[in-house]
Amino acid sequence: MPDPMKIRANLLGDSTEVKVLMSHEMETGQRKDAQGKTIPAWFIQTVKVTHADKVVLAAQWGPAVSKNPFLSFKFEGGAKGDKVRITWIDNHGDTRTDEATIA
Amino acid sequence: MNTQRRQAMKAASAWTLVTLVAAAGWLKPGDAAAEDWNKGAFDTHSMDETLKALGGSPPAPSKDIVFFSTPDIAENGAVVPIGIRSSVPKTESIAILIEKNPNMLAAVFDIPPGTDPSLSTRIKMGQTSDVYALVKADGKYYVASKEIKVTLGGCGG
Amino acid sequence: MMLRTFATGIAATALAAFIGSALAESTTDEIAKYREALQDGNPAELWEARGEEMWTKPRGPKQVSFAACDLGLGAGVVKGAYAALPRYFPDAARVMDLETRLVWCMVHQQGYTEADATKTTFGNGSAHRSDLEALAAYVTSQSRGVRMNVALDEPHVHDMYRLGEKMFYYRGGTHDFACATCHGDDGKRIRLQDLPNLTKLEGAQKAYTTWPAYRVSQGEVRTFQWRLNDCFRQQRFPELEFGSDASIALTAYLAGRANGAEYNGPAIKR
Repeated sequence: MPDPMKIRANLLGDSTEVKVLMSHEMETGQRKDAQGKTIPAWFIQTVKVTHADKVVLAAQWGPAVSKNPFLSFKFEGGAKGDKVRITWIDNHGDTRTDEATIA
Repeated sequence: MNTQRRQAMKAASAWTLVTLVAAAGWLKPGDAAAEDWNKGAFDTHSMDETLKALGGSPPAPSKDIVFFSTPDIAENGAVVPIGIRSSVPKTESIAILIEKNPNMLAAVFDIPPGTDPSLSTRIKMGQTSDVYALVKADGKYYVASKEIKVTLGGCGG
Repeated sequence: MMLRTFATGIAATALAAFIGSALAESTTDEIAKYREALQDGNPAELWEARGEEMWTKPRGPKQVSFAACDLGLGAGVVKGAYAALPRYFPDAARVMDLETRLVWCMVHQQGYTEADATKTTFGNGSAHRSDLEALAAYVTSQSRGVRMNVALDEPHVHDMYRLGEKMFYYRGGTHDFACATCHGDDGKRIRLQDLPNLTKLEGAQKAYTTWPAYRVSQGEVRTFQWRLNDCFRQQRFPELEFGSDASIALTAYLAGRANGAEYNGPAIKR
């Protein structure tokens, strides 16, 4: 099971600010190991953030997104106690979904 | 089982059902994400190529796209903070392109109505380069760019 | 005529120097902006979460959790513990820093062998993770905001402090370097890396209280043991053994000199 994300969702006036840290190697496929062999690409390809069954952000990533990706954005609406759910899927087909409560 | 799959399984820290199914050859690795991920767009080396892959048109420079919390110099190219804010009306998506990277497109964000067209993330830069914020708004494309210098710290690590 | 040329020459040099220093200053400013922009989301939190989970789980051959581990403030007490390390532990008859104490608990309470406990001291990607780095991230995060208070008047700690101080100024190795060579003066840098002056209080405090840190260039959380090990490598010294008395002496010295400063880790650095 991939490591859990660290998600913070905070109500700021009428909007919810979401900050998330994901645990992922985001290997570019450009690096070589000590023996000179190319380390295969391994990176998150899609990210989906939902609130109340509505997609509030969808993203496609390439390996140029930094290792242990960080993302921060805001959406209108949300209330304390609501859940924000984030799912990522990587190029191996591994996936991780985590939820946070809006504070 | 071919070497690539073996490597993929070794690298993946989790034996999800999808991974097992992929290893059995019933599903191509990445199929779960396949429909949502624009493979061609992440394999381009120019703005034109990227736009073609995204199905877009040549972008007009726009002063309504700004970079925030984005330093001019990155101490390490592995982690470069980028913040982009678009005040172009009806912004539908924001993409980040890095001119001198092996592949130009770093990320594309779809902004549904109700979401602020403003976000921050971190990207990798192989060397000093122009970074482009490509915005799709109301079907048309707009762009702003910023040069970010990349340097490696002196302590060699 | 010559006087005017001379005066213009001086003006030109002064201007060049002014521009030079202005550019240098703006580089430093920009790098400061880079460092500040990094603060907004520290991947070290992922290590802290892992470490916190590890702390409460029964582990090792004896299936004992770290709840039994005394970091100096009582069994299982984590809050504020790092700010008082290194300290003397009578049960081990040794001055220990965080990592040596964690290893001691792993060996004496959880039943690991010393070799197993220190198998991966410094992680390398998700395939080679270091439990110690995760545990250190968690434990140190629980000292955030606490003022450094290493007990320098305790005789054993005092001796280690003095030894560390000697080591700090001791020149050796192929390049005749001491820690003080790089860290003993203001305004030193290696390429674009400003080096903290550890002989000044401000430098010493700022440096020690920001380790462990998520090192962007490493993609890992690195601890003070790692930092010292890497300094030794850069000085072309023989390898600094993990958890050695030498490493603890230097840690005692540098931690002690940071006494009074608020601990701020885990931080994020280039």
